[in-house]
Order: sequence, then structure tokens, then C-alpha cells
Amino acid sequence: MDVTFTKEDLAFRDEVREFFATEYDSSVAGSLNLATISDGACYKDAIVKWQKKLHAKGWIAPGWPVEYGGAGWSITQKFIFETERGAAGIPAVIPFGISMVAPVIYTFGNEQQKKKFLPRILSSDDWWCQGYSEPGAGSDLAALTTSADLVDGEYLVNGHKIWTSYAQYADWIFCLVRTSKETRKQQGISFLLINMKTPGISIKPIVTIDGRHHLNEVMFEDVRVPTENLIGEQDKGWTYAKALLAHERTGMAEVADSKRAFSELKERAKYEVNGGRAMIDDPLFQMRMSDVETELMALEYTELRVLAAMAEGGTPGPESSLLKIKGTEITQAIQELQLQLVAYYGGGIPSNVQKDGYGHAFAEEARCGYLFGRAATIYGGSNEVQRNVIAKMVLGV
Amino acid sequence: MNFQLSDEQAMLRDSVARYIKDQYNFDTRKKIISSEKGMSTESWAMFSDLGWLSIPFSEHYGGYGGGNEDIAVIMEELGKGIVVEPFVPTIMLFGGLLSHCGPNKISADLIPKIIEGRCLGAFAYLERQSRFEITDIKTTATHSKKGWCINGSKSVVLNGSNATHIIVAARTSGGQYDSSGISLFMVDADTQGISILPYGMMDGHKAANINFDGVIIPADALLGKLDGGMKFVEKIMPQVLIGLCAEAIGIMAVLNEATIAYTKTRHQFGVPISSFQALQHRMVDTFMAAEQARSMVYRALCAFSEGSLEVENERMRSLHAMKITVAKSSKLIGEEAIQIHGGMGMTDELNIGHYVKRLMTINLMFGDGDYHQRRFNQISYEAA
Repeated sequence: MDVTFTKEDLAFRDEVREFFATEYDSSVAGSLNLATISDGACYKDAIVKWQKKLHAKGWIAPGWPVEYGGAGWSITQKFIFETERGAAGIPAVIPFGISMVAPVIYTFGNEQQKKKFLPRILSSDDWWCQGYSEPGAGSDLAALTTSADLVDGEYLVNGHKIWTSYAQYADWIFCLVRTSKETRKQQGISFLLINMKTPGISIKPIVTIDGRHHLNEVMFEDVRVPTENLIGEQDKGWTYAKALLAHERTGMAEVADSKRAFSELKERAKYEVNGGRAMIDDPLFQMRMSDVETELMALEYTELRVLAAMAEGGTPGPESSLLKIKGTEITQAIQELQLQLVAYYGGGIPSNVQKDGYGHAFAEEARCGYLFGRAATIYGGSNEVQRNVIAKMVLGV
Repeated sequence: MNFQLSDEQAMLRDSVARYIKDQYNFDTRKKIISSEKGMSTESWAMFSDLGWLSIPFSEHYGGYGGGNEDIAVIMEELGKGIVVEPFVPTIMLFGGLLSHCGPNKISADLIPKIIEGRCLGAFAYLERQSRFEITDIKTTATHSKKGWCINGSKSVVLNGSNATHIIVAARTSGGQYDSSGISLFMVDADTQGISILPYGMMDGHKAANINFDGVIIPADALLGKLDGGMKFVEKIMPQVLIGLCAEAIGIMAVLNEATIAYTKTRHQFGVPISSFQALQHRMVDTFMAAEQARSMVYRALCAFSEGSLEVENERMRSLHAMKITVAKSSKLIGEEAIQIHGGMGMTDELNIGHYVKRLMTINLMFGDGDYHQRRFNQISYEAA
């Protein structure tokens, strides 16, 4: 048992700090402010601009194998990088390309696919989105019906994907499609990469309860996709998708981001007063905060244990479900406290409120964060599904 | 022992329910919210025609002379329709204060106008720093040659942008946190020196921040006794809290019913998701949470009924306990409604999120659950 940093680790930490301090300047930070998400083009530009800086430094995809552009970091270095990123208030890299489709491509794709897609994912020149859920296939993902039929040497795709995050910015979508209806429902699924500019694809925005546009429906009508865009073997897509889902869930612990959010909460609690007393001095609010902070402290070590086990033995297993459940529940608990802290001011629409000096950007973040944050226990496999996974795979019941 | 509604109350309930069913569906509400005023003057006129605006006012003013129970009946039904018209700010806050500080010239003039739907009111008490301490007031009213001069800024004034008249809580003596030294003043919304910044709340209701910059009002704009404003606020508070909590239990009923119905129609893994025990047990919990909240509203109603034998402390314990229970139940029911609806629950298009956001706002009004729990603890344990 050893969690101390070596001299090299400390030097690495300083290098990361220095890089964030100089490169994540106010122009990047400002445009990445939550408030700008409503301005889609601006949000995408800012993300891409920042991710290109990370790419230039060679830090965009530290988890990839070195031969494809990974950083070859130790687990400690990854931990340090994440911790510093969170502490600096820097958003995580958009996961759909870097941490979702890329591992599938470099693990199950052919050489030509690796050459074609991986460099443009690394450079953020392609924005990816995920075509999994359908109106009739949510928790029961294998019930999906979007079809890809081989016609004249091409796949003809027809169907309807839903809850597709940031499809409005996407150049490519990775899809689970049904290529066979004969067999057990998991067995007739294939993993297909589709260019979003292909004729027959249309996007319909879904506005969420925070009033913003993160999600979409994506419709496919006789969309022609070349067979070279099939990953691995036809009808084997479920296996590839499952490997990806475990990766996705591991990323959902979001410890570094929760630590950052919590420290902001603590800071803010010094300024919000009730009857002249700062909320941070209120015993009841202190209890609410420590309830969450202790959970977060435990999760930080749970994640380290999972990462350490992964470093030994490869791919994440069902324990990634634990990280997803606790991570999202803690994120939500912090969001609840943020909203509780701003009280009435969380209720207003602040673009107006700010004008008269009531400056409550924090209040808008708190409200929108809480409201959109409700999705965290639904997406990426609902927490109910994750509990089923643990019951079956870990407890063996 | 009897928790049944009287015939009149049942008629009132049915009248509100019918109106919402026939004339205030979710699409209608959506149009109202996106309009500039954020409320429907036609609906408000209809409320007046149906007699709802007269409910709490005494017969002396042409009112119905109703009590807390009648308010609870109407509020529960308004909750089921998440009605955004300013019933709480105009009737319960503004009207309630006017009733208690009267009878006087102002109440004789304005209450009949409220009942006719011609006067929209707001109560400006909250300030940027006050959070849930109503007595934390920096806005001042000082004597001037012509009467009073008001200076200060009020935040989140419900119905502040549509109100024709505003009651302002201002400090006339004492320090920033003193409960004495606060006086209430009646101000016409178009008086010189008032600037109003309107905005929509997340629950679709309209509020405003209002600045008073050397606003001159006549000497007789003072409501009730000088420095005695908090007494009136304390008097209306039980009815306001009961009304809001009754609205909340109406919302809870809708959310629970909609969630159960959804699980019966949504199929995954070849079966309706209502067949999953994991969800069944959670829906049982939300059912129980709604029942407990309803019981607390009834308990508070009994504690504040005219024949109640409860001592003041015990009444206040019931009032705080009601707000605490409603806060807890609201959180559970709202969050489970979204979670069990899955992605659909996240959409702006479905009504679920809008019901949840109203529950969230009700929780914030006049103290959140934690605020009332502190008060409950003080009364229950510290004095002992």
C-alpha cells in the first residue's frame, strides 16, 4: 500500500500545473463557461480550441496505447493529471471520440480504419456522437431496431436514434445497428461508423428541463454506408459495444470534477448569508456538506483501487458500475447543495438578473447544473441497470 | 374526527378542477408562459368571475369569508394545473396583508378591486442578502415633507412586473436584522423612482427585482402601525405556508399518478417496467411520501383552525413540520418522477419537469426544508 509521489511524480505534477496555468487562459476558459453552452457554435469552437492545445502537447488521449498516440503514463501520472485538471476547473475532454469510439477502433478495427479515424480524433478535427439509444431501446439496449441491410455492396440504414448528445456538432456517429433478425437479439447487432453528412440523416433537437439544447433525435432514412465502415465482424457489434460501455462508466466517477465543484460550493458558502451568518458557519449546512464530502473522499480511493486493478489486469470489469453509481450520485448531491445555497436566486433567469448587479452566474450554474444533472443517473446505462450488473456479475445473485 | 370537505368546499374543488381540465391544459400554459406578461389576463378575469379571488376576504369587502381550508382546497387544484397566474402574490401575500392591517381607507379601496380582478399585487420584502430571514432588511423609509421616502433594492418580488400595487417592507428604525422597526407601505407601481427588472422563474412564474430610488409616497401610505410591519407578516404566514404546501400536494399527486401510468405503458425487456420490483418499491415510497405530506397539511390546518386548543408553540411546530415534510417529499417525488421517466423525464416537452420545477420553487419560498428544521429544533429542543 503506497500512495506517495516520487520525485518524478512531483516534477510531472509541476509540469501539468504549469501547462494548465499558461495554456488554459481566460479566452478559453471564458468561452467554455457553462453559460455559453446555449451558443452552440461558440461552445464547440472553444472546446476544439482547447483540445487542440492538449493534442499539441501530446496529452489529449493519455489512456490510449502509445503506438496510437497515448501518453504512456503510469496510473499515478493519470491520477495527477486528472486531479490537476479538476482543480484548475478545466472541463474533461469530450468523451465520444477520444474515450468511447477510439478504443473500439484501435481494439477491434482494421488498419485502414485506424489510419483513417484515429488521427482526426486525436486532433479534434472530427467531432463524434453516439448512436445507441432508441425510443424503444433504452435500458434494454439490445432491443434496438435501427436496421442496416446489405444492398448492392452497401449498408442501407433506416431507423431512429434518440438522446444523442451534441449530434448537432458531429461529423461522425458510431451506431449500433441491426444486421440480422434471426438470432438472439444481442447477436444480430453490428457496430457501424456513419458520416453525419450522408444524405438521409436528419437531426431534431431535444430541449431539456434546464432549457438548453444538449440532446437530439437522429433519424436515418435510406442512408447508404460503405461496408468499410463496419467495425470488426458483422453481427458481433454487441461485444464491442459492451467493452466500450465499461470504459464509459469508468469515466463517470468524475472525482476530479466533483472535488472542484465541492471546493466552489465551500467557497460560495462563505458569501451566502442567512440572518447575517455565513452558511458555511451553519451547523446544519455543515452536516449537509460533510455528508457529501466524506462520500467523495471514499470514492476517490474506490476509483484508485479500480484503476490500480485495471493497471494490473487490463479492461475494467463490472466494478465500473460502482464508479458510475456513486460518481453520479455524488455529483447530484453536490448540485443539490449548490442549488440549496443560492436559495431564491436559483429560481430566476439570470441573464436578466445579472444586469442590475445581482451577479448570479453561480445561481444559473447551480440551477442548470442541478436540472441537467438529473440525467446523470439515467444516461450511460441507468443506475438501475448498473445495480442489476453488480447484483448479477459481482454478487452472483 | 372528520377530514371530509364540506359541500361548498367540494364544489370549489370541482369548479377549479373543471376549469383546469377544460381551459388550462399544458399547451395553454406553455403559451401563457412564453407571452410577455407571463400570465393570462383572460384567465385572471375568469378566476374573478368564478369567485376564486374573493375566497379569503371578509364579507365586509364583498369577499367570501373563507378560511385556511378553502385556500388549501383551491391551491391543491391550482397545483394540479401548475397555474402560473399570481394567486399567491396577489391574493395571499398582498391581499392577506391588506386584510390584516385593515380595515382602513386603503383596504376599503383595494380589496374590492382585487376581488374584481382589477388590482394585481406584489409584496416586496426579500433583499439580495436576506435569504430566508424576512427581517433582514436594509431598504429604508424616512420621513419627508410630503410623506415617506423609500430607498433600497428588493429581489425576487413575485408578480413584481405585473403588479399595479406593491407593498414594500422597509426599515423605519432599528438595525438590519431587527424584527421590530419594519414598516409596510403601499406603493403604486408607476410611482416615480421605481425601476422594475422582470424575469421568468424556472417554474414559469414571473418575478422582478425592484429598485426604489428616492420614491416619495404620501404619509397615509403606511399600513398599520409604524415599526409594526412584522406582526402582519407573521399573521399571514400560516395561511401562506399552508396554501403553498397544499399546492405542493396537488403537484405530488399528478407526478405520482403520471409516473405509475408511464411505467405501465413503457416496455423494456419485453415487459412493462411497472413489473420490476425495484421500481415498484420506489413508487410505493413516493406514494407514502405524498400521503405523509398530505397528513402534515391537514395537521397544520387543524392546528390553525379556530377551535384549535393547541398552544402557540405547538401550532408553530406543526407549521414547520409541514414545510419540512413537504420539502422532503417534494424532493423524493420530483427526483423519482424524472428518474423513472428516464430520458423522457428530462425533456422540456413533457410536463413532468415543469411540475418538478414548481415543487422546487415552492420549497424555496419562505424558507426551505433546512430553514424550517432549524426553527423546529429551536422551538422543540433548545427551549426545553
